[in-house]
Amino acid sequence: MSTAWSVTRRRHRLGSTEVVYLALLGLLALSAVLVAASGGNLFSQANLVDMLTRSSLLGMVAVGQTFVILSGSLDLSVGYVVAWSSLVAATTMAGDPARVPLGIAAALGVAALVGLANGTVITRLRVSPFIATLGVGLIIKGYLDTQYKGPAGEVPASFQAFGYSRIGPLPVSAIVMLALVAAGAVVLARTRLGHHMFAVGGSQDVARLSGIRTHRTVISAHVLSALMAGVAGVLIASRFGTGSALVYTAGYDLNSIAAVVLGGTLLAGGRGSVIGTAGGVLILGVIDTVFNILQVDPFFKDVLRGVIIIVAVAVYARRQIDPSSRRTRFPAGRTAGGEAR
Amino acid sequence: MTRPVRRLGALHPLTPGGHWAAYLILVLIFVAVFWLNPSFAEPASLMAFVKKAAPLVVLAVGQYFVIVNGEFDLSVGSLVGAQVVIAAKMLNGEESRTWPVLAFMIVFGLLIGLVNGLVTTVLRVPSFITTIGMMFVLYGAIRLWTGGAPTGALSVAFRQVGRGGFASPVGQFQIPWALVVVVVVAVLAVSLMRRPFGRTLVATGDNPRAAEFSGVHHAWVTTRAFLLSGFLATVAAVLIGGYAGVTAQVGAGLEFTAITAVVLGGVVLGGGRGTVPAAIAGALTLEALFTLFNQLSVPSTLRPTVQGAIIIAAVAFAALPRRHRSRPVSGAVAPEGREPLPAAG
Amino acid sequence: MSLNGRSTYPRITRGVMAIAALSLMAACTTDAPDESDQPADEPAPAATEGAVADTDSEWFVLADYERQLAQRDVTPEGPADQPWLQMIEPELVDMSEFADAAPGKTLCFANASVSNPWRVTGFITMQEQVKVLQDEGLITDFRVSDAADDDNQQISDIQAFVASGECDALIVSPVTTATLTPVVESACEAGLPVIVFDRGVNTDCMATFIHPIGGYAYGADGAEFLRDNLEPGSTVLALRISPGVDVLENRWAAAEKIFAESGLEVLGNEFTGGDGATIKDIVTQYLQRGDVDGIWMDAGDGSVAALEAFEDAGKPYPVMVGEDEMSFLRKWDETAITAIAPVYSNFQWRTPILAAQKIWAGEEVPSEWVLPQQPITADDLKAFLEANAEMPSLHYAKFGGEELPGYPDVWMNR
Repeated sequence: MSTAWSVTRRRHRLGSTEVVYLALLGLLALSAVLVAASGGNLFSQANLVDMLTRSSLLGMVAVGQTFVILSGSLDLSVGYVVAWSSLVAATTMAGDPARVPLGIAAALGVAALVGLANGTVITRLRVSPFIATLGVGLIIKGYLDTQYKGPAGEVPASFQAFGYSRIGPLPVSAIVMLALVAAGAVVLARTRLGHHMFAVGGSQDVARLSGIRTHRTVISAHVLSALMAGVAGVLIASRFGTGSALVYTAGYDLNSIAAVVLGGTLLAGGRGSVIGTAGGVLILGVIDTVFNILQVDPFFKDVLRGVIIIVAVAVYARRQIDPSSRRTRFPAGRTAGGEAR
Repeated sequence: MTRPVRRLGALHPLTPGGHWAAYLILVLIFVAVFWLNPSFAEPASLMAFVKKAAPLVVLAVGQYFVIVNGEFDLSVGSLVGAQVVIAAKMLNGEESRTWPVLAFMIVFGLLIGLVNGLVTTVLRVPSFITTIGMMFVLYGAIRLWTGGAPTGALSVAFRQVGRGGFASPVGQFQIPWALVVVVVVAVLAVSLMRRPFGRTLVATGDNPRAAEFSGVHHAWVTTRAFLLSGFLATVAAVLIGGYAGVTAQVGAGLEFTAITAVVLGGVVLGGGRGTVPAAIAGALTLEALFTLFNQLSVPSTLRPTVQGAIIIAAVAFAALPRRHRSRPVSGAVAPEGREPLPAAG
Repeated sequence: MSLNGRSTYPRITRGVMAIAALSLMAACTTDAPDESDQPADEPAPAATEGAVADTDSEWFVLADYERQLAQRDVTPEGPADQPWLQMIEPELVDMSEFADAAPGKTLCFANASVSNPWRVTGFITMQEQVKVLQDEGLITDFRVSDAADDDNQQISDIQAFVASGECDALIVSPVTTATLTPVVESACEAGLPVIVFDRGVNTDCMATFIHPIGGYAYGADGAEFLRDNLEPGSTVLALRISPGVDVLENRWAAAEKIFAESGLEVLGNEFTGGDGATIKDIVTQYLQRGDVDGIWMDAGDGSVAALEAFEDAGKPYPVMVGEDEMSFLRKWDETAITAIAPVYSNFQWRTPILAAQKIWAGEEVPSEWVLPQQPITADDLKAFLEANAEMPSLHYAKFGGEELPGYPDVWMNR
């Protein structure tokens, strides 16, 4: 098989990001038909707002998780970071509108520290990311359960509006999420850090040998992931009017990983995009909304989610994924067998 | 390199860089427990400990097979929960149904393992994702079937395995069936690992390409690992259901506990290293740790913190000696697309 | 590994420092300045002999405590054979603004979850009650959303219901009291009658808030029973599900107060997550260290596992506090223990539907609809066992659905 021919073949294939959005469009079309058949309108303002709201929080967390997974790592502590930052934000604000910026800063600061701890444990102590972030998450869980028993703090009404208001059909939370997605895409495509993340995820040794500070990259990825979770926590505090420790039971860790792989990012790292992740999150959000409208048994949602994740990743693995979404400086050997696994 | 291994034989795991860390922690924790509460050394207390630790030990052995092969099985928690709920609903307290239901459970467990294995090998989906997906599917499907929460009841005969025992020939205490199950599982697992299948399993985990080139049928090896994991999860479900009956949250979070136990035992995530006795030691360590928490009256809410810190410390500590070896310690040898970790050795 | 010639030890130090820093942060309580209305934290749970004073704390409000305990003795108004319609000390409010006699209503229900057998039983009962009104033509559409115990999800669910504009009444069973407050307020502002039941929210804008007497009374029922059936100096072990859930925290707060004044020794209070294996393990370990004379639980989940721990350890049964779950009631009967089953009236799942009916009919409803909450004692046990003899073991005896169509099959074959 000549190299020229395989390159031509590859150009005609769709990238994984395109596949996600095609799937999203297909899902929207199917859902619109089903909803119309039951007498509703999927694209009414209320439903659009619903879809976007349900996607926004997971979307923020998933953007952070994308950075981490691209770098070849993993973050299982995001749920706890969300809970902790919501509590820090709410208790710092303490009902005083003047303290809102301080509350946000404190929440993000705490989140960044956790990301730093995660990254340091993984790189310096050489603990695998699964264990490291699981352990850090448990440490935070114990702290939250002891220090805050359930909801605590008070968010002033002016900031609560942030969680509920919208511009046209776009809830403010969705705008923030989309802004973070855009920022994430820029970081990955245009900054050195972004390129380094792809490199480190593709092959840590090769990246180190080419002069990239792999430890710094991994730590940065974790700090960014935790910051995203921190933003989500602040948003949760505004929606709840208070902070809540119990948010960590909402499954942000595994659901964000699911959204990331649904969006075409390779779990091993080195390939993927934030735009794809956003598509994955929107797919999950649309499913949530449609199930609600059609009054389908909510447990069926879990079954469907599991099946979709597996099918999606199987599809990506089966196809030759478009190398244009890769950024590895030194592509891992494309052997004569042409395996892109 | 093989000759020194053969000479040491059974003592190999105790060599530095092996799993001595796991055994050391286990011994230390047990010493602490005995010292705080001498009555724990009584046979009755030890047997009670065995009964409660047995499910995790069995689950850890199942997880070991999968992890040493370089994969993950995150569906075991949901599978254990599903099996207990299935048993309760199908038995509904009827003693006569015990054996048919047990048979069904075993078939179901093997089926889930088969699906996990095939999806991972044939469809090339990373096992992390496959098993997360399976976890969601099992979680939703079981609750669809039961309407949200468990219903029915387990029969007395079913519960005997996890809860009952037989009179000990020496002394006045009862030897739990759970201990027998654990010993049988351990012996079978160790002997399985000594057979060609076991060596192939480890080799595939260490370097799948080399294994392929030596003629290993990778797909079948990995699928068998998942079959074992599914089967052992079913055994664990029988033990847990027997020990504690049916409650709504049964099985929740067990996959993380099982992986933690295996890692504490020195088995490396990413495959290629670790032994069954070490995985069992890790499970016992974790259970003993929980007992120690109780002895020390550590406030319940603070226990996850201590647990998290210990897990990180233990794994970091176990990772230490490897850094002074000449073996390359990097992500390059971790199989691509297998698992998303920069290596810890 | 020292590829770049740097020594490895500073790396270890940095890593250890990171962990130490995180753990220190966890240990210290020096969060940002805390001027919120959160009063001084209770010390980490441990044996609490005489440690609780008669002052308010986060989960203990003396006035509410005393009011609830007194309400146990008040005779409710309404039919004695239909406790789901009874009201205790009601303050009736005019509902004519929502009166609408037209049939064919759409009733919306934002459910927290069906994640435990109590909720499953209650939801089945509620659905059967709705069927009665559907047969009468009053309700044509019953829409339910299930938030799977996720606050954020439930907020979205309620927003979706309100935005659809098609609900003629909205019933809410909140996941958490505090966090659902803003969205319930916005639902009230949208002009539809909002009926809250079970956990409640921190506002009173809704049409009515339906609940049994409350957590303090529940906890007190069990604690007082232990106090009355145990000698002073006896040991009691408290088993709790999770921290931070206000209904459960109130139960423990009341029990803690009563134990402190009773001369009973509380060995500890442990969080179990409601998991049978954890419960059995904890009880077994306490039994290894000494006698346990009484067990107090903040809910009946796993109560049978706790009793089995005594069996397996060969110790005599404790004085037991359970709940009206059939598995516990049957075990109680079988083992002839001294026990009480406090009740978080499962029949409260019927009342919101009937409240909606009243509101649409323009009748008055109480702003706070307090339902009776009567524990099952040894005297009532046989009657309840007989009435529910065919019911599955995770059914709740006080489900209140005996005269609904579908009885008994719908509950039996859930």
